[in-house]
Amino acid sequence: MPSLGADMEFGTVSQWLVKAGDEVHRGDVVAVVETEKSTIEVEIFESGVIDELVVHEGEQVPVGAVLAHLTARAPAAVPGAPPGPPARPETRARPADTGQVPGAPAPGPPTVHSPVTRHLAERLGVDLATLSGSGPSGAVTRADVERAASRKTDKAPRPGQAGRGTSTVAAEGRHPAEPEVQPGSPASDRVRSSPLARRLAADLGVDLSALQGTGPGKSVIEHDVRLAAATAAPEATVAAPVPEAGAPAAEPEARAAATVAAATVAAAQDRQATMRRAIGALMARSKREIPHYYLSTTIDLSTAVSWLEQANLDRPVTSRLVLPVLMLKATARAVARVPEMNGFMIEDAFVPSEPVHVGVAISLRTGGVIAPAIHDADRLPLDELMAQLKDLVGRARAGVLRSSEMSDPTITVSNLGELGVEAVFGVIYPPQVALVGFGRVAEQPWAQGGMLGVRPCVTATLSADHRVSDGHRGGRFLSEIDRLLQEPEKL
Amino acid sequence: MTNDDARQLIRSVLRQVAPEADLDDVGAGETLQEALDLDSIDFLNFVVGLHEKTGLEIPERDYPKLSTVEGCVAYLTQAG
Repeated sequence: MPSLGADMEFGTVSQWLVKAGDEVHRGDVVAVVETEKSTIEVEIFESGVIDELVVHEGEQVPVGAVLAHLTARAPAAVPGAPPGPPARPETRARPADTGQVPGAPAPGPPTVHSPVTRHLAERLGVDLATLSGSGPSGAVTRADVERAASRKTDKAPRPGQAGRGTSTVAAEGRHPAEPEVQPGSPASDRVRSSPLARRLAADLGVDLSALQGTGPGKSVIEHDVRLAAATAAPEATVAAPVPEAGAPAAEPEARAAATVAAATVAAAQDRQATMRRAIGALMARSKREIPHYYLSTTIDLSTAVSWLEQANLDRPVTSRLVLPVLMLKATARAVARVPEMNGFMIEDAFVPSEPVHVGVAISLRTGGVIAPAIHDADRLPLDELMAQLKDLVGRARAGVLRSSEMSDPTITVSNLGELGVEAVFGVIYPPQVALVGFGRVAEQPWAQGGMLGVRPCVTATLSADHRVSDGHRGGRFLSEIDRLLQEPEKL
Repeated sequence: MTNDDARQLIRSVLRQVAPEADLDDVGAGETLQEALDLDSIDFLNFVVGLHEKTGLEIPERDYPKLSTVEGCVAYLTQAG
């Protein structure tokens, strides 16, 4: 279980997108993990063949736990053939961030089948006792069950789970680089959904796979679940009757509505409490361990604002830029020049980072904040940065982020100014060593060359770690951001 | 486009941009940004959503007209 944010302690595997025997490539999304903040698509860190899924769907495990075993060397794949038994594992790679020894505990006896396998067998009408397993230690795998089922029905094997760009998917005629899972396509019974929608669905007993999503990328969102729950209201009442002494003769619909409301509120409160605790623990650690210093400077944005207006005139609505993107780019470029701001504090030693992965603080409407990273932000052209920022904000709102975005920001930018405050004095996210805040962009009196004028300005602040840098370097960093924002055309 | 159509359209676009937001929370005359806590990226995504559903090429100078529900409805109904 990777650390998907410094404040994460546990994660729940909500879905596996691969099964034993599947070939995977570094960067493939192999599982979906729920944290208290979001739903994260976990990318695999190494290419190879999945031997065994250790953690079952629905199981909650601490950060560092082994999720699956992987054989690093891939056997020669036979295109079109069902996944065969993996080669006897020589080396067992361990997931990043685990403290566990490679070649971890042997899987249980083959007669013990995983819930996933049992469930699948039941669904496909396969008797597990009649199968000989191809998995590690002879365990019956999903692939075995699927093969048995296809023999049984004399039909083509059911297509494997459509993991994003896995190599087995290529054998099914899809390009490995194809980024999107086609929702509802026969190659996938995975339904994209927001975390809120899933919790609500679980609470209300709604089957997500039966729903048509109306959210981003046709994902199922809260509204869809409520709609489905409302349609199925009488059943919901039977399933979860609410004892209401005062209203014994209440309409079934009304009682169902009360159930819906109560369940929603309870789930939301529970999630919020967990998230607050996680944020509290991390921020307390930051304040306890990091000797913060704070600097602030006011930046004249008149050049940037007029350049942006001009640039947007020629752009269709879909590719327009916003001011925060300029600030993000300026920060990323500036930090590349002041390396003491970019990296991690690991066991009292500063480890600077060559790449600049800027964590973007995004406040969630349900409460809390999340700061996923835009990778190599200093090298991305503005248009690309804008596209990634839009995508990131959209996915953060919908609650679907990727593991690589959550685990490795090297510095964070917070843009609370949109809420109207003048300046942000941020708390550094450990193990990072700096946070840049931008306040509200507003017109201010500005004196220059003996003249007083009115210009759009922003207050940029820096919270930095005194163990790594001093105010002088911090000041240099802020000045560099200012300088870069005066030449927006070069950003 | 009727007023009801416009409201329906705004509602569906908002649902994509801000799944947690509810149009009913926006009071008369209140700006969407404040009432629904939309930042500039959310708002841009909202404008892009309106553009994608209507085909309207919405220039940046028109953004202020879209900041309230009434403004959006007026803008969409006048545009067709």
